[in-house]
Amino acid sequence: MAQRVLIKGNEAIGKGALAAGCRFYFGYPITPQNDIPEFMSAELPKVGGTFIQAESEVASINMLLGAAATGARAMTSSSSPGISLKQEGISYLCGSEIPGVIVNMSRSGPGLGGIHPSQGDYFQATRGGGHGDYRTLVLAPSTAQENYDLTMLAFDLADKYRNPVLILGDALLGNIKEPVELKPYRKKPPRKDWALTGCKGRQQQILKSLYLADGELTERNWVLWKKYQSMQKEARWEEYRLEDAKLAVVAFGSVARILKSSVDMLRDKGHQVGILRPITLYPFPSQAVKETAQRVGRLMVVELNTGQMVEDVKLAAECQAQVDFYGRPPGSIPTPDELAKEILKVIKKGGAR
Amino acid sequence: MYFDTIIAGFGGQGVMLMGNVLAAAAMQAGRQVTYMPVYGVEMRGGTANCTVVISDKPVGSPIVHEPLCAVVMNRPSAEKFAPRVKRKGLVLVNSSLVEDQYVQARTKRVYKVPTLEMAQEVGNPRLANMVMLGALAQVSGLVDVEQVIASLPKALDKRYHKMIPINSEALRRGAALMSQG
Amino acid sequence: MSAVAKVKMEQVFSPPRALKGKISHFCPGCQHGVIHRLVAEQLDASGVRENTIGVASVGCSVFLYDYFDVDVVEAPHGRAAAVATGVKRAQPDKFVFTYQGDGDLAAIGTAEIVHAANRGEKFTVVFVNNAVFGMTGGQMAPTTLLGQVTTTSPYGRQIEAAGPPIRMAEMLATLEGAGYVARVAVNNVKNLMKAKAALKRAFEYQTKGLGFGFVEVLSACPTNWKMNPVEANERVGKEMVAYFPLGVFKDAAKGA
Repeated sequence: MAQRVLIKGNEAIGKGALAAGCRFYFGYPITPQNDIPEFMSAELPKVGGTFIQAESEVASINMLLGAAATGARAMTSSSSPGISLKQEGISYLCGSEIPGVIVNMSRSGPGLGGIHPSQGDYFQATRGGGHGDYRTLVLAPSTAQENYDLTMLAFDLADKYRNPVLILGDALLGNIKEPVELKPYRKKPPRKDWALTGCKGRQQQILKSLYLADGELTERNWVLWKKYQSMQKEARWEEYRLEDAKLAVVAFGSVARILKSSVDMLRDKGHQVGILRPITLYPFPSQAVKETAQRVGRLMVVELNTGQMVEDVKLAAECQAQVDFYGRPPGSIPTPDELAKEILKVIKKGGAR
Repeated sequence: MYFDTIIAGFGGQGVMLMGNVLAAAAMQAGRQVTYMPVYGVEMRGGTANCTVVISDKPVGSPIVHEPLCAVVMNRPSAEKFAPRVKRKGLVLVNSSLVEDQYVQARTKRVYKVPTLEMAQEVGNPRLANMVMLGALAQVSGLVDVEQVIASLPKALDKRYHKMIPINSEALRRGAALMSQG
Repeated sequence: MSAVAKVKMEQVFSPPRALKGKISHFCPGCQHGVIHRLVAEQLDASGVRENTIGVASVGCSVFLYDYFDVDVVEAPHGRAAAVATGVKRAQPDKFVFTYQGDGDLAAIGTAEIVHAANRGEKFTVVFVNNAVFGMTGGQMAPTTLLGQVTTTSPYGRQIEAAGPPIRMAEMLATLEGAGYVARVAVNNVKNLMKAKAALKRAFEYQTKGLGFGFVEVLSACPTNWKMNPVEANERVGKEMVAYFPLGVFKDAAKGA
């Protein structure tokens, strides 16, 4: 059995990255993700890796672009304001089809905001965030264990699709400490024939995103679109006590785990309620939401913001279910009791079928 | 089996370490655990608290509003958290710093621990947190104090390992106080 | 015909192997072509072409990969030094160089170049300073000379509004971590030879593992200067060199 350790969520990210063969980390301090650069700065030299504390978030993401362009597995991490600064680089990574893993242990905004957990970066993560018509894969862990597991997966998906992968956590998932099983990484990273290693014995290779010739960029965008379509099969989600549910709560990340306690409380009182938790935010598990909408007839979205993922849920539900929403802007973490009360309100309101 | 506690005090009183050690001991005892720190932006002197949840099942929420137990190391913490403890819950008060009148609880199970005096008997006032943790282990019946001691090597940074014997002593004193009733 | 056939043909000239032979798209009188040629000659002379990873920047210099027969990654505007840092750290045995203009390196990329230099990153920077944003249509750059008319300084650059032109080479030479810093021009044969020597030395800083190498090359932009090529070339010698003195500002590993 793999080693089980009590570690912080941020450290689980670092351990997952190291296990997956990440040997390059570039970052810049910002709360609440500082444990990640601190961990990487201590551990990477031990395995012959490179840690650079860059002059800015902008520089960090571009250092990642450079290292990853040579085929190396590389990561950067930050929190909301820093992720805003990385958007330029993320757009270029997508345009040049260079893989990379970007961790957002998000805090709260807008602006400097605060260091509370928040899910206010959902739109930024799932809509691209930077300029141009592109998508990044977005993984949303809910436990320290998933921080570890999904970080390993992130590197695999990044290489598979030659695309940046974003891990969207928050202050709660970065700071929580819980047991993590350090499962060994068993995959074999793919060959990267496209990587820049000098043109010895082959033609020159170029990684770029500028296309000016007639029709070239149109074609390029369609190629990328096809790739994003092919990513749809990566949709992942978890169903919790949904079997006989009359109300399905849709939530991701930290708030989804708090909701599990709320659902347990309500189940103890005989209420038939369950949770559908998207694990991939892009691709969004639209099919699962649609099927749940059809089967259950009633959805409620809970987010630590004033309403972002609810748009994707409504779109996916295709009017097959009534969709209620409870949002909590940053400032405090809702407790299981509070959320149970909000769910109860929706149950009592009745409606739908 | 399910238990949750908020442990609160000034930054520097070692409340985070108490939570860490408790979580580590419970994990070694085969439980599911979460430890969730909450602190201000100050590095020193601000108020700090953490929540530890221990369960047989995977832990959903790592935070609780009305805990089964509160360990309050200073007056602001007592005022904030003691009233929130559930009716049949448990409050452990650092009576070296907190006077009775500041502890308003719904539960009758309020235990006073003179952590500072007891820590000084062991030889270092900074061990107040370990005295309190020993008391918590004993009175809650969560883990045996010897299990807590066994988890110290993993919970403490290597540079503090030479302090393990004296920490163990403080833990045992705290537990002994509670077993006397 | 038979007379010609009897002449023994000997090849006395060939373009550098590191260039692909693409016909230049640059404006008449632009000096990017000359600078490309000098850089390519050094890639050949150092024997590193097949082990090179170039970093293209944004602006007229972006088309690096169309001209040079080496692997190239394209950096966002100003970020070439950060990208090159990632490349070089991941591939320390490869020859890595950036090729950046002044709109890129001296404005939006100031932070990246300063910190790469200060970390002593072991790559080579070719910085083409033509005192103007070229590709975007001749706007004012941080290097635009006082009084110079551009599309965003229509009354001439004023010190009150825009500050004085920035001297990147001198600034970088103050950094403890920077290894080799020089400024050259390609406006006449004498300066060309000096430029060649500076590039050679900057390349050595990398191939010998000595540290960060930086060569600022003063260049003409006749189109945006609204001059003919001859006038533009003369302006380099008169006005540019007067404000941006040529020379080696730092050679930290002198003798090595």
